[in-house]
Amino acid sequence: MSEYALLLGQLFNGISVASILLLAALGLALSFGLMGVINMSHGEMLMLGGYLSFLTLRFAPARAAFALAFVAAFFGAGVFGALLEVTLIRRLYGRPLDTLLATWGVSLALQQAARSIFGPIGVEVTAPKWLAGSITVKGGALGGLNFPFVRLFIIGLAVAVLVVMWAIITRTRLGLCVRAVHQDRDMAEALGVRTRLVDLVMFSLGTAIAGLAGAALALIAPVTPTVGQSYIVYAFMVVILGGLGRLLGTLLAAVLVGLFSASVQIFTSVSFADVLLLTFVIAFIQLRPRGIMVVRTRALEEA
Amino acid sequence: MERKGVNVSRLRYTFEFTFIVFALLVSAEFALAQGDKLVKVGVLHSLTGTMAISEVTVKNATLLAIDEINGAGGVMGMRIQPIIEDGASDPAIFAQKAQKLLQQDKVVTIFGGWTSASRKAMFPVVERFHGLLWYPVQFEGNECSPNIMYSGAQPNQQILPALDWAFQQGYKRIFLLGSDYVFPRTANLILKKHIVHRGGEVVGEEYVPLGGTDFSSVINKIKAAAPQAVFNTLNGDSNVSFFKQIAAADLPPSKLPIMSFSIAEQEAKAMGPSLVQGSYAAWNYFQSLDDPANKKFVAAYQAKYGADSPVDDPMAHGYLDVYMWAYAVEKAKSFDPDKVRHAATSLEWKDICMGKTKFAPNQSLYQTAYVGELQADGQFKILWQSPEPIAPEPYDPLTFPGKKCVIK
Repeated sequence: MSEYALLLGQLFNGISVASILLLAALGLALSFGLMGVINMSHGEMLMLGGYLSFLTLRFAPARAAFALAFVAAFFGAGVFGALLEVTLIRRLYGRPLDTLLATWGVSLALQQAARSIFGPIGVEVTAPKWLAGSITVKGGALGGLNFPFVRLFIIGLAVAVLVVMWAIITRTRLGLCVRAVHQDRDMAEALGVRTRLVDLVMFSLGTAIAGLAGAALALIAPVTPTVGQSYIVYAFMVVILGGLGRLLGTLLAAVLVGLFSASVQIFTSVSFADVLLLTFVIAFIQLRPRGIMVVRTRALEEA
Repeated sequence: MERKGVNVSRLRYTFEFTFIVFALLVSAEFALAQGDKLVKVGVLHSLTGTMAISEVTVKNATLLAIDEINGAGGVMGMRIQPIIEDGASDPAIFAQKAQKLLQQDKVVTIFGGWTSASRKAMFPVVERFHGLLWYPVQFEGNECSPNIMYSGAQPNQQILPALDWAFQQGYKRIFLLGSDYVFPRTANLILKKHIVHRGGEVVGEEYVPLGGTDFSSVINKIKAAAPQAVFNTLNGDSNVSFFKQIAAADLPPSKLPIMSFSIAEQEAKAMGPSLVQGSYAAWNYFQSLDDPANKKFVAAYQAKYGADSPVDDPMAHGYLDVYMWAYAVEKAKSFDPDKVRHAATSLEWKDICMGKTKFAPNQSLYQTAYVGELQADGQFKILWQSPEPIAPEPYDPLTFPGKKCVIK
């Protein structure tokens, strides 16, 4: 394997990590970035998606199971998110610290529930056969360069989710309402926008995307009661680095973090790359406290 | 007068009756106590928290041994009464509970611990209160206390035999991969010295934070380094991510041999055996070990805790520790920790479940090393074993020259 193949491989890995971070962070970008809700149980929505995908793969007919797993994870987590919004989050709008504590409690309760139902050790989710292979460059200057199908699939999924989200926010009436509520809640309400419904839909969509992400991540990582914890820190980091309120910022931040850690890891170990990454993010936030994309809205000014 | 007299005789009668009943009761109690004298031992493992997955099964195996010994008449004619405490996956709690067991419950010995952090936390407690701790898990060595019996493998009984085997197979370009904490770092420090000393080459060394889930860069580096084998000291869930991602990158264990030091029958079952099938592991015990004593142990464990419960190396050591303690007590004719540990290191060879074993004067165990290949059913096929039980060396002479573990 040549130097070029190693560098190109790391470029691909950077994009792959970015796509994973993007999937994990998009739902959070909606609830935290657009609504100002700090959802500490976001990681557990990923975990929920993983377990729903496990259950579907186990009980659904084999041919459709893989597609069904994603559908189940998306809608299952979405419905759970809607319930969470109606029973808890709705009552705590404008009280970010209370929301933080309450959703942290939900996070602990969900972890323990998963432990009680499925046991403390993980469950097995394996990629279907057609996803198991990879494209390998044979010979030449780039010999040994390798693109696993699973990673290509996750990159594709992340792009698809991003495009659909972008379309919803910029091209639909719902998206118009979301932007209106985001910019000025009182005014939107005065103009007849049902802000409560908009909140409900957006929060539920955020958790649904987290569920979908959980099903995708199950292909390359474990499904355990605590798996959400390994993504939550990175997800928050990406959302804050990107700047609240803009999906483009989240995208740029995910790509930046992915490429940064992949390129640093050429020279150092994974542990040390994490140290450098956090230092980088802290320095960046010092220089640009509002992240990559700065959005000025009244809603955020007040929060 | 008459009335009074009746009263007196009635009183006397009542008194006599009460006295007889009381005397009977006391003598019965005394007889009972004679036949059923209890000796308390501590069993201290994490029953809650992250380590509970692994430690609960070791606790089960420890209790099984206690039950069996009690069933066979106890130790020195006394029944063993286990006092079970929860270390809660927290070293500080391990220290607290060890002190409680020794001071308050007055246990004669403690069986327990898993992580090196928990052992390091109990170390000063057992030294101060003159206790004796039996520690059942493989570890990084570099420790030596008269108050601890280290039955788990020293580095030269697990890691180095695995290296012997790898070199015999012709795997001399080795990539070292581990979680970022004390055991992998020390294990790899020792491995590096020995690989270079024996004419091999370390082509890469990588550490991933505990619980890390992304291995894309690590796998890319493994490909670039083109090793003949990977020595894997990753711990816990990281293994699932690593094996899934290396298989997806078209480098499954069938193409690149992976030797793991933290994957036993339990972990294989949890990860799904298909994921790790074909990878190798080095231990001092496998459930598949063809040994009559082991078959008896596995059957007894599965009869008590479920027919599909896997049995693995740390559990076997937990089970062995209780028997070794009981033999040492019988030999010393005393429960005194000092007398027991001296008796333990002068016992004959015993086959308790993992072949011939015996405690060396440095209070670690002579034991055989095995290399196994994981099969589709989650069991290991034993490929290699050391020609004889290996003498334990807490300080590797090549890595830490001049340091020796001498216990008086």
